[in-house]
Amino acid sequence: MIGAEILIECLKREGVQVIFGYPGGQVLPLFDKIYDADIRFILVRHEQGAAHAADGYARATGKPGVCVATSGPGATNLVTGIATAYMDSIPMVAITGQVKTFLIGNDAFQEADVTGITRPITKHNFLVKDVKDLARVVREAFYIASTGRPGPVLIDIPSDVQMQDSEFIWPEKLEIRSYKPTYFGHPGQIKKAAKLIAGAEKPLIYCGGGIISSGATFILRALAEKIQAPVTWTLMGIGAFPATHKLSLGMLGMHGTAYANHAITASDLIIAVGARFDDRVTGRLDAFAPSAKVIHIDIDPSSIGKNFRVDIPIVGDAKNILGELLEQLKEIPDTTEWLKEVEALKKKYPLRYKDGDKIKPQYVIEQIDEATKGEAIITTEVGQNQMWAAQWYRYTSPRTFISSGGLGTMGFGFPAAMGAKLGCPEKIVFDIAGDGSIQMNIQELATCVCNKINVKVAILNNGYLGMVRQWQELFYKKRYSHTCIAGPDFVKLAESFGAVGIRVTKKEEVRPAIEKALSIDNTVFIDFHIEPEENVYPMVPAGEAINRMIEGLA
Amino acid sequence: MRHTISVLVENKPGVLARISGLFSARGYNIASLAVSETLEPEISYMTMVVEAEDEKVLEQIKKQLNKLIDVITVTDFTKKEHVDRELILAKVNYSAKEKVKLEGALNKYVAKIIQHKGDIAIIEAVGEQSQIKELLERLQQFGIKELVRTGRIAIA
Repeated sequence: MIGAEILIECLKREGVQVIFGYPGGQVLPLFDKIYDADIRFILVRHEQGAAHAADGYARATGKPGVCVATSGPGATNLVTGIATAYMDSIPMVAITGQVKTFLIGNDAFQEADVTGITRPITKHNFLVKDVKDLARVVREAFYIASTGRPGPVLIDIPSDVQMQDSEFIWPEKLEIRSYKPTYFGHPGQIKKAAKLIAGAEKPLIYCGGGIISSGATFILRALAEKIQAPVTWTLMGIGAFPATHKLSLGMLGMHGTAYANHAITASDLIIAVGARFDDRVTGRLDAFAPSAKVIHIDIDPSSIGKNFRVDIPIVGDAKNILGELLEQLKEIPDTTEWLKEVEALKKKYPLRYKDGDKIKPQYVIEQIDEATKGEAIITTEVGQNQMWAAQWYRYTSPRTFISSGGLGTMGFGFPAAMGAKLGCPEKIVFDIAGDGSIQMNIQELATCVCNKINVKVAILNNGYLGMVRQWQELFYKKRYSHTCIAGPDFVKLAESFGAVGIRVTKKEEVRPAIEKALSIDNTVFIDFHIEPEENVYPMVPAGEAINRMIEGLA
Repeated sequence: MRHTISVLVENKPGVLARISGLFSARGYNIASLAVSETLEPEISYMTMVVEAEDEKVLEQIKKQLNKLIDVITVTDFTKKEHVDRELILAKVNYSAKEKVKLEGALNKYVAKIIQHKGDIAIIEAVGEQSQIKELLERLQQFGIKELVRTGRIAIA
C-alpha cells in the first residue's frame, strides 16, 4: 500500500465516516485515494470552515472530527479552527500535506512549518517522515485526541510519504509510556469530599464542559438530586444539567444569571466538576465565593489550583468520580434552608428583558426554543448572539449547545452547524448568528447547498458588532469606533447560493418565519432586523466581583 | 526563587521546542537548561533551573510539563536530597607575575588550567553553585576574559 492508502485504511479503522477538507498540491496523492474511499468527503469553501465543521461534528457526536488541508496556506487556514478546538478540549484530528521530505526547510513553494505553528494549539502533533510510522502515528493521534482531556492532534504528512510503498501493519495495541491519563479518583480524596459535602450547609455544584466530554450528565443529576444542591454551569457546561430542572441556576459568570452569581457568592461549598474557574466565570478572584470550601474534580491536574484555591483536589474522569462519590455519601446535608434562599434569589433577580414593539433578540431565541421544543442543536457565533443563545434557549441535554467558549472565534457557528448536522442528521440544527460574525465564514453557504446540509441560520441583525459596541457604550462613552458594520442583503445573498432567505422586520413575523424555515428542506437564512442597541444583561464589568452586576432593567 | 527540576523526555525531534515553547507561552523563566541522551538513546534527560516566585507557579510548571505527551517524568529536586554540579570554562589572565597566585587560588576547588597560551589560560572547574560562585569571585581579580557555563545538572 502507498502512504495515502494506509492513511485511508487507518481512518476507516478509526471509524471515521466524514472528512471535511480542501485539496491542494501536497495532498494530491491523498485526494486520489479519497476519490474511491468509502468515507464521505465534504468539500468546504475555505479550510477554516473544514476545521470548524470537524469541531462541530465532534461536539455534536462525541467522536473525533477530521479535517484535511494542503501544506502552507491550506494548513495555516486551519489554525484558527485548531486553536478553537484546543481551548474547548474538543477531539479533532487535522491532517495536512507537507512539501516532500527532501524539500523541508528549503522555503519550498507552499511550505510552512506547520508542526511548529500548531505546537502551542494542539494537544500533540506529528510530522511523519517515514511511511512505516504512518499507521502507528494515526492510531496514536486518534487515541491522544479522544482520551484524557480531549483536544486536537495534527498529523503533517509530506507528499512523498503519501506516495511511498509500505506494508500495512495496524498496531493492535497502543502503548505510549509518557501518556497515561488518570481516570479514577483517589479513594481517600473522594471520602474526604463526601465528608465535606455531608457537613455543608450551602453546597453548590459548578460544572463545565468536562461533564459533557466525560458523559457524566446522568450521574451529575443523580448527585445534585441526592444532596439537593443547586447546579450552575459555565458556557461550555450548557446542556450538562437540564435548564428546566428545579435545581438549575443557569449559567454563571460575566453574563450569567444574577441568581447564579449571588448563589455562588453565598455558598459554603463549591463542588467544581470539569470546569476551570476561568476569568469570565470568577470575575475578581478575591471576591469570588469568599466563604466557600472547594472540591475540584478535573481530568487535567493542571486545571486544579491554577486560577483558584482548592481544598480537595480530585484528578480523574468526572463520571467515575461522581459515581464513586455517590456511593461514598453516607450522610447527606440538609439544604432546605439553602434552597429557600436560592429560590428567593431567583425571584428577586430573574433573568429578564424588556419586550416591546421592535424585535428583541431574546424574543427571537425564545421563539426558536418554543418552535423546536428545546430539542434542537444550537450553534452560535461569538458576541451578543452567543450570550443571548446561552441565556434564552432552554437546553435539556448535552451536546445541544455548540459554541466557541475559550477562544471566542467569530465565524465558528455556521461551519460548526454543518458539522453538527452531518453528525446528527435527525436533529434540527440552528446557528444563532450576528450580522458581523456570519460574514466571517459565509462562503460555507455553498458547501451547505451543494451537499444538501439542511441548517438554519438566525441572523440577529443589528447592524453592529454588538458586543464590542456594548462595551463602547458602557465604557468608552458611546464612541462607536468601527463597530457599525454594513452587511449585504442576506436574503439575496442566500438565494444567490441556492439557499433560502427570509427577512423579518416585524415582531409578528418572527414565529411564522421560524416555522417556515423549519418546513423548508434547504439551508435557510432568517435575517431578523432586531433592536439595534439592545444589550446583554446582566453583565459583570471586567475585573469586578461577580455579584456586582450591571442590570439593564433594575 | 530558583528550583532545579529534571525532566525525562522522549528523544524525538521538536521535544526541546515543545518545552521551551511551553515556558515562553506561559511566561515562565528558565535560568539554565542542560540536555543529553541517557543510557537509553531514545530517552533524553533535561536538568532545568526555573524561576518561580511561589509554590503555585512551580506546581503549574511541573503540571504543564507533565501534560506534554513526550514528557515521561518530572522530578522536582527542591525538597529532595540530590547532588548537583555545573562545569565552567573560563579564560583568565595568566601573566608570569600572577601565575603562582592563580594556581594557588585554584587549589581550593575542583579546577585546573587545561590550556594556556601567552598571557591567557583556560580554566576548567566543576562544583556546586556556591563553589562556582565563590571561584568566579576569586577569579575576578585576575580578570575573566570569557566565561562559558553548562548550567546545572542534577541527580538524586
